[in-house]
Amino acid sequence: MTILTLDKIELEKKVGKITPEIENKITEMGTPLENSNENEISIEIFPNRPDLLSLQNFARALNQFLGKKEPAEFKINKPEKDFQVTIEKSVKNIRPYTVCAIVKGMKFDDKKIKEIIDIQEKLHNSIGRKRKKIAIGIYPLEKIKLPIRFKALPPTEISFQPLEYPKEINGKQILKNHPTGREYASLLDGAEKFPIFIDANNEILSMPPIINSEKTGRITESTKDFFIECSGSNLSYLQKCMNIILSSIYEMGGKIYEMEIKDEKEGNSISPKMQPQEMKFKIPDIENTLGIKLSEKEIKKYLEKMGIKYENKNNQSTAVIPCYRTDILHWIDIAEEIAIAYGYENFEPIIPEISSTASEDKMSVTKRIIGNILAGLSLIETSSFHLTTKKNIKKMHYDFKDFIEVEDSKTERDTLRIDILTNLIQIISENSSAQYPQKIFEMGKVFEKTTDENSETGIKETEKLSIALIDESINFTEIKQILDYLFKMLDMKYEIENTENSNYIIGRCGKIIVEGKEIGLIGEIAPRVLKNWKIKMPISALEISLDFLE
Amino acid sequence: MDENLIIESLSPIERTLLPKLEKDWKEIKELSKNAATDQTSALRGIGFLKNKELVETKTEEEKVVDLGILGIHYLKNELPERILLDKLQERKIIPISEIKNVCGLNDNESKVALGTLKKKAFVEIKKGRLEITAKFEEINKKMPEELLIEKLPLKLEEIKDLEKLALENLRSRKDIVEIKDEKKIFVKLTPLGEKISKYKIDDNLIESLTPKIIKQNSWKGKKFRRYDLSTPVPRIYGGKRHFVNQATDYAKSIWLEMGFKEMTGNMVDTSFWVFDALFTAQDHPVREMQDTFFIKNIEGKLPKKKDKEDKIIETVKKSHENGIDGSLGWRYEWNEKDSKKVLMRTHTTCLSARKLREIGEKKEFPTKYFALGKCFRNETVDWSHGFEFNQTEGIVVDENANFRQLIGYLKQFFKKMGYDKIRIRPGYFSYTEPSLEIDAFHPVHKKWVELGGAGMFRPEVTIPMFGKHIPVLAWGPGFDRIITQFFKITDLREMYKNDINKLREMKVWKK
Repeated sequence: MTILTLDKIELEKKVGKITPEIENKITEMGTPLENSNENEISIEIFPNRPDLLSLQNFARALNQFLGKKEPAEFKINKPEKDFQVTIEKSVKNIRPYTVCAIVKGMKFDDKKIKEIIDIQEKLHNSIGRKRKKIAIGIYPLEKIKLPIRFKALPPTEISFQPLEYPKEINGKQILKNHPTGREYASLLDGAEKFPIFIDANNEILSMPPIINSEKTGRITESTKDFFIECSGSNLSYLQKCMNIILSSIYEMGGKIYEMEIKDEKEGNSISPKMQPQEMKFKIPDIENTLGIKLSEKEIKKYLEKMGIKYENKNNQSTAVIPCYRTDILHWIDIAEEIAIAYGYENFEPIIPEISSTASEDKMSVTKRIIGNILAGLSLIETSSFHLTTKKNIKKMHYDFKDFIEVEDSKTERDTLRIDILTNLIQIISENSSAQYPQKIFEMGKVFEKTTDENSETGIKETEKLSIALIDESINFTEIKQILDYLFKMLDMKYEIENTENSNYIIGRCGKIIVEGKEIGLIGEIAPRVLKNWKIKMPISALEISLDFLE
Repeated sequence: MDENLIIESLSPIERTLLPKLEKDWKEIKELSKNAATDQTSALRGIGFLKNKELVETKTEEEKVVDLGILGIHYLKNELPERILLDKLQERKIIPISEIKNVCGLNDNESKVALGTLKKKAFVEIKKGRLEITAKFEEINKKMPEELLIEKLPLKLEEIKDLEKLALENLRSRKDIVEIKDEKKIFVKLTPLGEKISKYKIDDNLIESLTPKIIKQNSWKGKKFRRYDLSTPVPRIYGGKRHFVNQATDYAKSIWLEMGFKEMTGNMVDTSFWVFDALFTAQDHPVREMQDTFFIKNIEGKLPKKKDKEDKIIETVKKSHENGIDGSLGWRYEWNEKDSKKVLMRTHTTCLSARKLREIGEKKEFPTKYFALGKCFRNETVDWSHGFEFNQTEGIVVDENANFRQLIGYLKQFFKKMGYDKIRIRPGYFSYTEPSLEIDAFHPVHKKWVELGGAGMFRPEVTIPMFGKHIPVLAWGPGFDRIITQFFKITDLREMYKNDINKLREMKVWKK
């Protein structure tokens, strides 16, 4: 979950007083208000709206939503001399793309510098996937000499002073010695060459996606003009990301200049691409999806509230989507934009008359019937976790080996349960202070590995019922009485055959057989097991699979 | 209450106790002795009398010195020092090494016995042998320690200065004496009690109705002793379904009443059905290990149709890479291996995905399905997060389905779950558009709390299933959070703790 925390006074300068009514509007816009106090306002930004991750962009969207601002248009200036970046072949198989721009005439102050760094960080961590997909760099123009080259060199041949570091070191050392280097080292794992931006004076600007140079990669309050780049492997994401930052910088008063990108492999292009994108849609599709009638005028009004222009081109409804939006993939996304502008609270709920026959899953019905029968015998139903520990399983099934484990569990539970009885006995062991007798049962799934060709997961899931009774003088009779009653109520017959199982006392353990098929075990629990759980009284128990009832 | 009624409601124990009570304080112990009954019954009887306002009670606490386990033993068999002294008188001289055997004492006892006698200057050790040095009369007088244990139990304050030293000596030795806090309960009659106790109490009331009395008609003309109906009775507990299951049964009935069919399925599934078929990009954070329980060392299989690869795989790949039906897609290279990863389902929406595929093949719609089952997230557990929780899932497949209907179904469900005030606001899920979140107003915290999400499946999800875009309403609010308010659970860790006392006491689901 990404939370955007904004300086309330700065935001109010842009959008006016934030009243409780405006706070509601913020939530209605699809950016739920998390917190609001005198100084700060926090909102949640959904992962599909990285474009809202800055004060400037958020304020623009809110103003549009409140009907105070038109959809944005960006005036971009043509490239000046040497506004060029060459992408050399050497970098194409490591970090193949970069999109770039020059910004002039910015008036930086503390707050603005912080804001820029903040957007950068937020984009790195959201759509940038912790710099894996996107890394952004900004360099004051007065410190570098254009044109720029984007190339790759062996790490030992890369040498510069990284940000926040006292001296010049090579690429390899950066990954080893610099804290940021260590944090992101895995992103260059296995690369023989590392990517760098280098200027016309052969000065290294940065080694993306790791770090900038201390000499050229730091903006200060005196910075007015700068070079900005995004590098990564997916060109369309890079372009979107660049547009998000530039649209924010544009709001801050920066003048944006295009650059020529000379890709040695893919040819020349111009960057950034801040033209809006057009998407055609049909008004009836929107109406059917939302269940409301909409005139063209209303569509236009609602889209504009979402910062999107509406045009009717040759009788084709067209949404003109600003360059910073990354989330409009299909006309269905236009439908949601209109729904948000219309106001979710304004939709009148209806329940249609579709005739359909209800039916409950057979196993659910069975489980409810059994649950009610057992509750009628004063048994208490428990509900325990499907994930347990190997140690717990081993307290019962000491020679069990075929564990199904999950990777990197954040709790101690990292193994799927193989039976329910182990859970019941654990529950009993944790309830020694509760009054005896304790009679408990549970129904649910247990897991085992399978070699069945038709299984997509290689794991078989079986519904089981387990019952455990504990008291000073509990024995086989009580548990068999319950089994008897249960089968009588279900109008079914079973047989018991002697068997041996290490969890039960020898001579007091039986297989339960229904129509010639073994469905489970019943008996008195072996004292070894009781000792393992520090249980001081006898337990009689059973566990059966419920498949036979289907 | 009428005095006669009071008399008629006196139970046998009350009738026994009443004449033994006075207007001055009397200790319960003494009272039970006088009334020839045990203390527990007397206490119960006093309780009844107190309810009728016939007696008053007060409790005093005091420290009492009493014998410990060894003390009781020594009282019967003499203190070790006395045993030693007796033997010494008999034999005159005992070698130190033989004290144990001669006296039948253990190591510790013989050491203590010797030490005590030396301290009192009764004996002397000469060349490893013990001899008596004190006079005969002195020796045969009872020692203060002996006197004290004979007098116990005593109130601590009653111990005289002379006895205090003996008490200290005994206390320094284990288990001979102990100081206990003792509660004493005193009881006396109230003015009303005095009055009642003066009446002649008719003991001709019937206490219990027996088969004999019924048969012989001997109840005729007699009165039954009146019960005090407000008297508390011992607690009993019944068997019951787990409270979460009581609530899930109810929630299922809501969906069934609205004509939904139940869908169920595996808790372990492949990433293909949990993520890919739901248009969740392969680099989406939810697919990382820190959020999801992937199963170790198992590679799953993609769906098959009659031994051939299912066509759906190709369409899903296309929808992710370059999009279908005019969609732009996620624009990356879709990797089959990632979709074969096996995991604990992170949502029940994988059941919807599989069901949609089935419905699409059979072309059986309009139709409505629901599921209610466990989901798994690799979370650090705290009061508001569990790693296993229930989700209530639903889909409506209908060419005429729309957003208003989605809100209609959800409002209806939440209303029946006891939430009258809910808010619908925009939300985001990679597989639905439009998407919404449902909030409920928390009456105690006075703020909106999130209950769950819903939406309409995106064309990128429905087209691989149906061959074209069919509107599908879909929802999957977390269920456990919805029911915490009813059961007054403030910490989600309580849900599956299985504290038997709590399960016994927990009220039943009722909406």
